[in-house]
Order: sequence, then C-alpha cells, then structure tokens
Amino acid sequence: MKQRRQPPNPRTRLYVVLAMLGLASSALVVRAVDLQVVSKDFYQEQGDARYLRDIPLKVSRGTIFDRNGEPLAVSTPVESIWANPPELLAHADRIPELAKATGLDEDALKQKLEQYSDKEFAYIKRHLNPDDAQAILNLDIPGVASQREFRRYYPSGEVMAHVLGYTNIDDHGQEGLEFAFDGWLAGKSGVKRVIRDRLGHEVENVELVREAKAGRDLTITIDRRIQYLAYRELKAALQEHHAASGSMVILDVPTGEILAMVNQPSFNPNARGNVDPAYKRNRAVTDVVEPGSTMKAFTISAALESGKWKPHSPIDTSPGTFALYGHTISDVHNKGMLDVTGVITHSSNVGAAKIALTMTREHMYDVYHRFGFGEVTGSGFPGEASGYLPIPQKWGPVEQATIAYGYGVNMTPLQLAQGYAAVAAGGRLRSPTFVKGGEQPDHAVIDPEIAANIRTMLETVVAPGGTAPRAAIRNYRVAGKTGTARVASGGSYNKQYVSLFVGMVPASAPRLVGVVVVHDPQGAYYGGTVSAPVFSKVMDGALRLLDVSPDNVQNWYTSAPDEGRSVPGGRKAAATSDVATTADDAAE
Amino acid sequence: MIVRMLAFSILLLATVASAIGVVYARQQSRVAFITLSQLGNDRDNLNFEFGRLQLEQATWAENNRIEQIARGKLGMVSPSVVETIVIKR
Repeated sequence: MKQRRQPPNPRTRLYVVLAMLGLASSALVVRAVDLQVVSKDFYQEQGDARYLRDIPLKVSRGTIFDRNGEPLAVSTPVESIWANPPELLAHADRIPELAKATGLDEDALKQKLEQYSDKEFAYIKRHLNPDDAQAILNLDIPGVASQREFRRYYPSGEVMAHVLGYTNIDDHGQEGLEFAFDGWLAGKSGVKRVIRDRLGHEVENVELVREAKAGRDLTITIDRRIQYLAYRELKAALQEHHAASGSMVILDVPTGEILAMVNQPSFNPNARGNVDPAYKRNRAVTDVVEPGSTMKAFTISAALESGKWKPHSPIDTSPGTFALYGHTISDVHNKGMLDVTGVITHSSNVGAAKIALTMTREHMYDVYHRFGFGEVTGSGFPGEASGYLPIPQKWGPVEQATIAYGYGVNMTPLQLAQGYAAVAAGGRLRSPTFVKGGEQPDHAVIDPEIAANIRTMLETVVAPGGTAPRAAIRNYRVAGKTGTARVASGGSYNKQYVSLFVGMVPASAPRLVGVVVVHDPQGAYYGGTVSAPVFSKVMDGALRLLDVSPDNVQNWYTSAPDEGRSVPGGRKAAATSDVATTADDAAE
Repeated sequence: MIVRMLAFSILLLATVASAIGVVYARQQSRVAFITLSQLGNDRDNLNFEFGRLQLEQATWAENNRIEQIARGKLGMVSPSVVETIVIKR
C-alpha cells in the first residue's frame, strides 16, 4: 500500500535555499577578493602591458680629456639603419633605391631581406653619420627606420691606445682607464614610461621611472703633446735598433702625475679588428723588467744611509772581476780604484757588489722596499704588476751582490720611475696618478741629503766620461742612470738584452723623471746607446712645452731688453721668447 | 537638517573641485614632462654636436698631422742650437 509521504518541512527548505544563496554569494565575494586583492598585481600588469611601455633612455659615455682639455676619447651618436623585412619586401620596388642610398649591393640586400623575412628586425647598415642616416630616412621607404647608438672615437689613435684602453660594442670599458673608471664614465641609463597605441605610436608620457644620469667626464694627467713626442721618438728608436718592444714613462716630480706613457708595439683603438693581444698590453705597467744597473742608485742610497760610505769613499774594483762562491761578477772595463761616485759614473758591478756586501741584507731590503719595489704603485691601472723583490731571508751572499746591481729583482717601468722620482723629490715617495688633481700624499723614504748626493752622482753619468753622455740636453743639467739587463728565461739568461735609461731634469731642481725601456735591440744594446738618446730628445721637447727654466746656460744673452723695446742686432726673431729653447730634434 | 544639507553640499563641492584640481595638475605635469623631455633632447643633441665638433677639431689638430704639414708643406724646422739664444731677464 501506498505510503503517504510526509509533507516537506518548510523550514528545512528555507534553510537549504538560504544555504545555496549564501554559498553563491560567498563564491562571488571570494572571486571578487581574488581579482581585486589577491591577483590584483597580475591583472594590473597584464592590463598595463597592453598599452604602457618602458622605454630605456640611453646616455652617452663621458669624454676623456688630457691635462690641457684636449679630447682623447669621445662618444658620439651614430645611427644604425634597420628594416622590418616583411614590410620592406612588400614594397620590393623600393629596394634598389635603398641599396643605392646605403651603398650596398642590391642583390646582397635582397638576399639578406629574404633570409630575415620571418623576423621583424634586420640591420641594414650600422654606425652611420646622423646626416647620412637622415638622408636615407627622408626617402620614406616603408619598413625602414633608424636607431641611435653610440660609438667611441679616439682621435689620438695608437699614441694613446694603451693608457686609455677601449670599450666594447655595448660601450663598457674593457681595458686601461676606460675599464678602471668605467663606473665614473658610463653613467646610468634611465627609463621612461609611455602610453602607446595599438600601432606602437607614443601617445603620452606617463612618468620618468628612473632619471638618466649622463656619464661624467674624466681629465687625466697625460699631456697629449709630450705623449706624442715620446711615442714618436720611442718608435723611431725601436726601428733604428730593430728592437722587439719598448716603453717610456714620464712623471711630473712635484705631483706624481703621469705626463706620458707609451708602448711599442701599439694598436689603433678605432679599428681594432683582430689585433694581437700582445700589442694591447700597457707594458709600462703590466710587464716587469730586471732593472740592471739602474738599481745601483738605490744600493748606493742604502750604502750612504748605513753611514759606512761617503760619496768619495774609495773602492777598489780591479781587476774588473770579482769571484764570489763560484759566481763571477764582472765589469765591462776594469776601472781600478774608484770612489762611490765612480761606481755610479762607470756603472761598476764589482763596486756595487762589494759595497753591498758591507751592508746587512735586511737594511738593503728595507731601503729597496721603501722605494716602492715589490709592491704595486697604487696608480690604479688595471692589471698593474707588483714586480718581485725577494725577502732578505732568501738572500745568500751571491743574491745580495747581484740584487745590488739589479739582477734577481724585477719591476715595472712605472715603479722604476716612481723610485727615481723619490730621489728627485728629495727622498719623498709619491704614488703616481693618472687622474688630474688625484695627487697622492707623499712620505719620506730617505734623508734629503742622501737624495741630493745621489742626484749629484747621477749627474756624472750624463757628463762626458759617464755611461750616458748621449742623454745630455742642451742648456739643462741632467741626472740619470743607464741599465742593461739580460732577459731571464727558463732559469738562465739568454742573449737578449733590455736597454734602460732613467733620468731626471733639470738636475738642480728636478721637474720631470723619465724612464725608457727598450727590449731586445739588435746590434748595440747598452742603455747609454739605445735608450739615452730617446730620453734626451723627448725631454728636450717636454721641457720646452712645459716652460721649464734652463739651469745650465753657458752663454746668457744678458742684454735682454725690457718689454716693448726691440732687440738690437737683427736677432729679433730668435729673441722673442723669454724661455730658452733648444732644438736638437730638428734633424729629421 | 539644513545644517547637514549645507555641510554635505560643501563637502560635495570640495570633492568635485579637488577632483578637477587633480586632473588639472596631472595635465600640467604631463605638459611639463613633455617640455622637460624636449629640452633634455635639445641638450643632448647640443652635447652630441659639441662632441662631434671637438672630435673634428682634435682630428684636425692631431700632432702628427700638424708636424707633417709644418715640416712637409710649409718647410718649417725647429731652430738649431746655433740659432737659439737664451735670454736672462
């Protein structure tokens, strides 16, 4: 029999309906919260992405100037023409016009466009002069546009290549000062947000997300004129002596500023292509040489400081050789009895060795170390070498004697210049610097009186009878020291030589210190023959360029007139300058 | 009641006014921004032009070139030692 169902309870119904409605509305709330709160960022971003664009604002790299404000490295905008291949191919009749305007081969251009026909971007021609690019754009060929890029130019070319270094295609410093000061020069590119329409046109600027910071300029200590002079003379000397490589460094004594730094072989930073990496090294800073006899100035400094020796203390160097534990030290000529000054004048290895053996190893090491050997100079140049100065505990008597005349230690040409600059500056060592105004503090390394004594001794080297009369400069007193070192390779010394000369001018109050290093000259190889003439020629010009007063004039033209009065005796042309000028480099 | 109505309409007016103010300020800022970008572009272009001119000058004044012209074209020489006189003031 049929059982009658109970009528539904209206209350239960009500609850069920309410529960369903509640569920539905809470689902809506959840969804709304999800959209508005939880996933808001995502949707906002998606929305913005459909019309907001962040456009990078490119900035140009700072210019590098020499000490007189001449530009050495300049970034200048260039235009690169690019095309949208499908769009351009749709108007193929315009391609010959484009080929003609860009100077490209028509078939090659067509082939390139076919090749990139599935892409939307292809360079047609890069790094064009903006005027030329504008001329191409003015043709109004569909699908052709231009894009701004920066290119760095080095007007001084290979003369300045090693010091400045270079940048890569993205304008980042790769070598040299471009690398060392990349953060300073590069600046920061900015970002600007704009609204774009469906076709990509900029409709409105929204905001500046990040302000662009242009690269800052850098003024370095190099003097372009002196640099060129050094480059020219070094290159000429290398050709004359068929030498493999060479470097020259010129320091300004009062400030430690590097006025010139050149190396051979060099490269053209404007068109690098496939340059041998060896050509790109700034050898004056990254390569070490054994200083040879140029070390003797520091050995004698130590001897004078020890109190055991005076500039005129006698020392017997006969018979020109000196046997020490099976090692023979020899001089080029037997000079017999010399005094300490004579050891410098004639560059006697025997004398230097004998003097060294009267001192303690620790004292010698201390003096060399105070002059900055075995440690980087602090110039901040990337890849600077520290050189090698063994600790005194490693020295036997033979090492002590050979280090005294510059074998068994090595240093960069810059370190050698720094050491001699300390002698020139009255015994105060100052780190060299590349940045104008970046003068480093100095500190005393040796008694001023000893430094003065050494300078007097070094003057005898350049006098007739010394080892480097060819370093002399007319009207100026010159102090310097030659050095000739054999190249160490594989634990022994081979037949290659390094010719060195380091000197200071004017000797009475040194303003400039110069180091010339020539590797592997053929034929003559003495520092006094190969390197000293380079020093003389470059310094002669540098002294004139810097207006340094001469300190060694035999015949003053004393009847100099006051301003405005004419010079008697037809000497008008020559007498117009109030600074002495000499010109040994006229002979070319 | 009157007081409440009055307060309400004042607030309403203030809201509308500030809304218009916001729109106006925003428009002003956009105009100013466009001017700024324009001036920035002008500055950059002038700087580039200056850089190009500097570069050109440096190229013309290249030491090697000057020496070539002085010695070769103009036949100039550095004075020899004999021709040099040092003057003491």
